[in-house]
Amino acid sequence: MSGTGPEGWEVVIGLEVHCELRTRTKLFCGCPNVFGDEPNTNVCPVCLGLPGSLPVLNREAVELALRIGRALHCRVQSSVFHRKNYFYPDMPKDFQISQYDVPVNADGWLELPSGKRVGIERAHMEEDTGKTTHVGGGGRIHEATFSLVDYNRAGVPLVEIVSAPDLRGADEAREYVEELRAVLVATGASDGKMEEGSLRVDCNVSVRPEGTTELGTRCEIKNMNSLRSLSRAVAYEAARQVEVLTSGARVVQETRHWDEADGRTHAMRSKEEAFDYRYFPEPDLVTLSPSDEWISAVEAALPVLPAERRRRVAEASGEAPGSEAVSTVVRLDLDDLVMAASSAGADAGLALRRLANEVAGALADAGRVSLDPAAFVELVRMEQDGELTPAQARRVLKELVAVGGAPRDIAGRLGLRSLGSDQLSSVVEQVVTDNPREWERFAGGDDKLVGFFVGKVKAATGGNADLRAATELLRGRRSQSGPSTT
Amino acid sequence: MTGPVEAIARAVRQGEVRAVEVLAEHLGRIARTEPDVHAFNLVTSDVAGRQAEEVDRAVAEGRDPGPLAGVPVALKDLLCTRGVPTTCSSRVLEGWVPPYDATVVTRLAEAGAVFVGKTNMDEFAMGSSTEHSAFGPTRNPHDLSRVPGGSSGGSAAAVAAGFAAASLGSDTGGSIRQPAALCGVVGAKPTYGLVSRYGLVAFASSLDQIGPFALTVADAAMVLDVISGHDERDSTSLPGAQPSASSRLGRGVAGLRVGVIAELVGADGMAPDVAARVEEAAAALSAAGARVEPVSVPSVRYGLSAYYMIAPAEASSNLARYDGVRYGLRKPGADITEMYTATRSAGFGAEVKRRVMLGTYALSAGYYDAYYGKAQRVRTLIIRDFEDAYRSYDVLLSPTAPTTAFELGAKTADPLTMYLNDVCTIPSNLAGHPAVSVPFGRGTDGLPIGVQVLAPALGEPVMFQVAEALEAAAPTGGAA
Repeated sequence: MSGTGPEGWEVVIGLEVHCELRTRTKLFCGCPNVFGDEPNTNVCPVCLGLPGSLPVLNREAVELALRIGRALHCRVQSSVFHRKNYFYPDMPKDFQISQYDVPVNADGWLELPSGKRVGIERAHMEEDTGKTTHVGGGGRIHEATFSLVDYNRAGVPLVEIVSAPDLRGADEAREYVEELRAVLVATGASDGKMEEGSLRVDCNVSVRPEGTTELGTRCEIKNMNSLRSLSRAVAYEAARQVEVLTSGARVVQETRHWDEADGRTHAMRSKEEAFDYRYFPEPDLVTLSPSDEWISAVEAALPVLPAERRRRVAEASGEAPGSEAVSTVVRLDLDDLVMAASSAGADAGLALRRLANEVAGALADAGRVSLDPAAFVELVRMEQDGELTPAQARRVLKELVAVGGAPRDIAGRLGLRSLGSDQLSSVVEQVVTDNPREWERFAGGDDKLVGFFVGKVKAATGGNADLRAATELLRGRRSQSGPSTT
Repeated sequence: MTGPVEAIARAVRQGEVRAVEVLAEHLGRIARTEPDVHAFNLVTSDVAGRQAEEVDRAVAEGRDPGPLAGVPVALKDLLCTRGVPTTCSSRVLEGWVPPYDATVVTRLAEAGAVFVGKTNMDEFAMGSSTEHSAFGPTRNPHDLSRVPGGSSGGSAAAVAAGFAAASLGSDTGGSIRQPAALCGVVGAKPTYGLVSRYGLVAFASSLDQIGPFALTVADAAMVLDVISGHDERDSTSLPGAQPSASSRLGRGVAGLRVGVIAELVGADGMAPDVAARVEEAAAALSAAGARVEPVSVPSVRYGLSAYYMIAPAEASSNLARYDGVRYGLRKPGADITEMYTATRSAGFGAEVKRRVMLGTYALSAGYYDAYYGKAQRVRTLIIRDFEDAYRSYDVLLSPTAPTTAFELGAKTADPLTMYLNDVCTIPSNLAGHPAVSVPFGRGTDGLPIGVQVLAPALGEPVMFQVAEALEAAAPTGGAA
């Protein structure tokens, strides 16, 4: 699967991400906001939309929405709730309270690890719907024998984050969702669980010939419940649109349903789609005008966000912010260890490499690791000072991650100690003396033989030599001995 | 003027009469006359009996039984009452029993009121005659061949017939004041946000307000004081404490500035006897020391048109939930769309359907700006015109309704004629201002006429002050 799209075409993507907010209670009533409870137990007259009930806005939900807005560099503004009217049994009132032309957050951006800034058009508040289960008829409401509705989710607070059509290809779309998820989790606004529906992604896809700037007709794809299905759906849909266009036909603007099983997108029936939402201002709520003090307080309390963390790690380690190692370490929340090494005056670049490779690997195997920062920094220092060879340091690190302890003790227990430079020099002298013919060839310019000598050093020291240092000694000795006389 | 609310509460609190006796007297009247009037969808004798006994127990034990101790009150059947059916006079809510009380219901109950029943109304409060009820019309106690007005016709008739000392209605475009005028009682629509709407089944949320009916101005103010005040369950409820509606009663009107709205006195279809009574009322206030002048509030002429965009638009959304999925009526269909259609076709009456269609159209893509958007701009204009007027006047005066009570069936064939009933009352709803209708003599047909006192936002104290003066000056009986 290509990450950039079909040959000669550019894939243009805008994403709409629905994020369930981690509030204690629902958006307009006091019912618990909990996933997985017995159906229809977390309900009251308000979230059931009973006649006479009225919504009251949850302050905590606004707080989280403001955090999202500021984390995405949006303008926070006085906003208005609207009613989005359509009939569906998962909506108790047959309208959804959402925001329309004046969202709480507008015009921001999200910086991807690659350094690219993706525009955020808006991040508005709205209420979630209930959940329907259609029994019979292939899971569609119009063919179903009967449908079951659970209103526990009805009224759960959402923020819908709408990106500009700035993404190019499936890989970038995926990168965006991962980065956005990291920001949402960091702010405490979301638990980021796509599998529980806490994050739901809809995708607008269009294609255009490479080199052109006009946007093509887009289709909205729904029903992708993992990053993998997002990538697959985008790739499929882009290829489909290219095929439509190259055959001389036109792409029809429509909503398409991703089918995980057959790996295709399907047009939804127009009956289910042709809505005129008849938006109008929700008369039961007043204008939401967060004070400047509130917005400032929210901003001040924001944690350091991934982009800034990448920048810090990059600066400390000398790596590029967009490098794989930097983004891996930040994604895995290991960047504090780089910074600990840096502030202790240890080699932060070395720390970064060890974290991005060995520790990340251990994390992938074990699911979680705990690593004492002081011990880790000490280990980095030992390797940096040549007390341990890189191979030895990796072994100690493995032990440190698995059982913990002090690196020096671990090294002692395992009998790991790098030879001192004097000792290493005499070992090198010894192997040169023992192999005069090979030395002659090496000195004569046959560089392949460096491996031969390094192997001998390794064998002679039982692996306790810094082989890179040994290589340097060998090369140094050759240049001192001058050009070959033969 | 002391009314039955004040009189009953005082007597019950002082132990001069028991609440159960007061209740029995009212239930007796209901038993005798209710079959003719049909003010109620449901008479709640059991609930009332328990409440009256509790009041009597409190009095006997020396506890405070509340300011409305033992006062029989009727509730419009769109106020949610826990465990008691609430129908909005619609088939679509068949079988639904609210699991909670409206805030006003809780406040009245805590004040010691005794709930005698749920009153008939135009379906979902849409109408001006109580003829658009799924359960048959209410008749005017003054003349059973006439309508009581609407939509709170049952609540107005219940007070006029002596079934209750006071009642609650809701007023979206005049639904308290117009029936009050036609039934010869006092009916007040408070400032928007003064009374919580929590538990009031919505018709048009930005216009709906709950208010009292009573026989006297003082009684109406007293009931309003009990039900008003901030409620955290209604986001549009005004914060903070407001002055008592009764705070300026008994002060007379000397020195007050009163403007008589020229556009409403001269409105199309205004009956000469009604206009004459308004002039008399103005003269009476003048005689009592007020400075009374005609005033122009030009944009009120557009109120009716704006209202019939805004109210149906909001209603089309508010009434969407009656779909047969969760409660009330369900008519089966082959699929969900058919079930919706069958349920709503069978559940709603013609007037509700008309307004839902009108409102749906007004909000449709491409029409929003021309209809709903423009109507909202008219609303802003009306508010501005009222603000201008209130720079020069403390209160404004107008007729409440263009005619006295009309015959049943006289206007049901022509919705537009029916809508014209609300021409004088609608502007206050659009502005969110308070207004009260006070009985002021009778028409050439011998039926009651109401005069409307309008006040700026939170002007209830001065509004009732002027209303009390009109009440005192009102001609007793006889034609104009």
